[in-house]
Amino acid sequence: MSVPAIEGWFTSGDAPALVGSRCTTCATVHFPRTDGFCRNPRCAGEEFAETTLARRGTVWSYTDAQYQPPPPYIPAGDDYIPFALAAVELPEGIVVLGQVAEGYGVDDLHVGAEVELVVERLYTDETGERTIWRWKPVAELGEEADA
Amino acid sequence: MSDVVVAGVGMHPWGKWGRNFVSYGVHAAREALADAGVNWADVDLVVGGETVRNGYAGYVAGATFAQALGWNGARVATSYAACATGAQALDTARARILAGMSELALVVGADTTPKGFLAPNAGERWDDPDWLRFRLLGMTNPAYFALYARRRMDLYGATAEDFAAVKVKNSRHGLANPNARYRKEVSPADVLGSAVVCDPLHLLDICATSDGAAAVLLCSADYARRHGLADPVRVRAVSTVTPTFPNTVIDMPLLATDAGTPGPRTFKESIGDAAYEEAGIGPDDVDVAEVYDLSTALELDWMEDLGLCGRGEAEALLRAGETTLGGRIPVNPSGGLACFGEAVPAQALAQVCELTWQLRGRAQGRQVEGARVGITANQGLFGHGSSVILSL
Repeated sequence: MSVPAIEGWFTSGDAPALVGSRCTTCATVHFPRTDGFCRNPRCAGEEFAETTLARRGTVWSYTDAQYQPPPPYIPAGDDYIPFALAAVELPEGIVVLGQVAEGYGVDDLHVGAEVELVVERLYTDETGERTIWRWKPVAELGEEADA
Repeated sequence: MSDVVVAGVGMHPWGKWGRNFVSYGVHAAREALADAGVNWADVDLVVGGETVRNGYAGYVAGATFAQALGWNGARVATSYAACATGAQALDTARARILAGMSELALVVGADTTPKGFLAPNAGERWDDPDWLRFRLLGMTNPAYFALYARRRMDLYGATAEDFAAVKVKNSRHGLANPNARYRKEVSPADVLGSAVVCDPLHLLDICATSDGAAAVLLCSADYARRHGLADPVRVRAVSTVTPTFPNTVIDMPLLATDAGTPGPRTFKESIGDAAYEEAGIGPDDVDVAEVYDLSTALELDWMEDLGLCGRGEAEALLRAGETTLGGRIPVNPSGGLACFGEAVPAQALAQVCELTWQLRGRAQGRQVEGARVGITANQGLFGHGSSVILSL
């Protein structure tokens, strides 16, 4: 059975998306979702509606983790496999960090590249597979033929 | 605003010494007192920089240092602002002096830091962004620095060789610094040949963690006159600003920025702006800068954030030798974090110590000739600005 590594932050299925919250007073979007106070200093809003964020965005920047991060990071398996990370700018005007989809590395990315949200296994614990959102490079038209 | 004066500065050499942070802090404090030629008994305010890695005593650093130095009845305060702790502690001392409530204030920061990646405290904390970034993404501190570095490459054509050149420069600057942990010349090949931690940053592009301590003794201008402090170094500004909404540049340890249209100035730019405004000067007036080189590439970011050059121009300045000793605007003459490593509550104070020595003309072996104005910059987690301007 696969369960999100954190509850309520993203949807799964064929077209998974991040779940943020939209302030019902000023419409500012927050991610991760908030149930507290609106971050807009000119707004006193404390009520929020769930909102899914755009599934595609452009890379603001990217890197990778060639050394295993310390706990509370949980490695995916016994042997550490480095993974890439990307900060992705969404049409809502928000930049969201995420790991990069399995099989892709920094060589597949550049600032401004288009990526799409996918959901993949992060680690496995006693409850089963834990999933997380990841950014997957979207091949531009003609790009694969060039390669 | 009348200025507050730096009466004395001191440090404990940085490294991995295996002792308690209190002993480092007391050493630095005594050096600062000796430097000023004043008695501990005359200090009427102690501000300690808090450390989160040393249990109870670290959380009440002001009282901890006051007790270790011997209770003298001084007023006491403790500051915590992550990497900006030292600047915030300094600001507390300065404000009290400016208000006429203190005359002679001791500010101390000291820490011991474990080897390897800095990591959140133990336990399961699902509402703590600092914990979540590790659990959900494996985002270490260097991963954030690497995002900024990679962006410089893709946007401005920076190269791994440029980043290495920052380390080479800073390692040379630190050679003669008795308080620096690393005093060894580093070649570009050393940097580029070291393991990649987070693309594009190598092990030698990223600052180490260290033990260390720094102390700054502040006094009122009146106290300085009465005690014959001739041509003293003055604190012209302490910037502790928070960001302005929306904060649209991703910052450690957060997982996302604010949504919205960015303002005209980024948070890091606003830190320097506030300092310049308070001092009534501009970037052109600055002779020397001590900036937070958590990574080599971050030093280049800070040069632009402080207006020492235009956006995307830092590599050109570096390549032309303008940021090294003898250049137009030497950056990190102390050797910076590249030579010191991080000791969080002490670092912003260490920058102030270095500028004080520079402005006094006492930075032996690393002196920026004729320096009259210096600026520091760093930034603490969750929106702590930190910049200090000193001048003669």
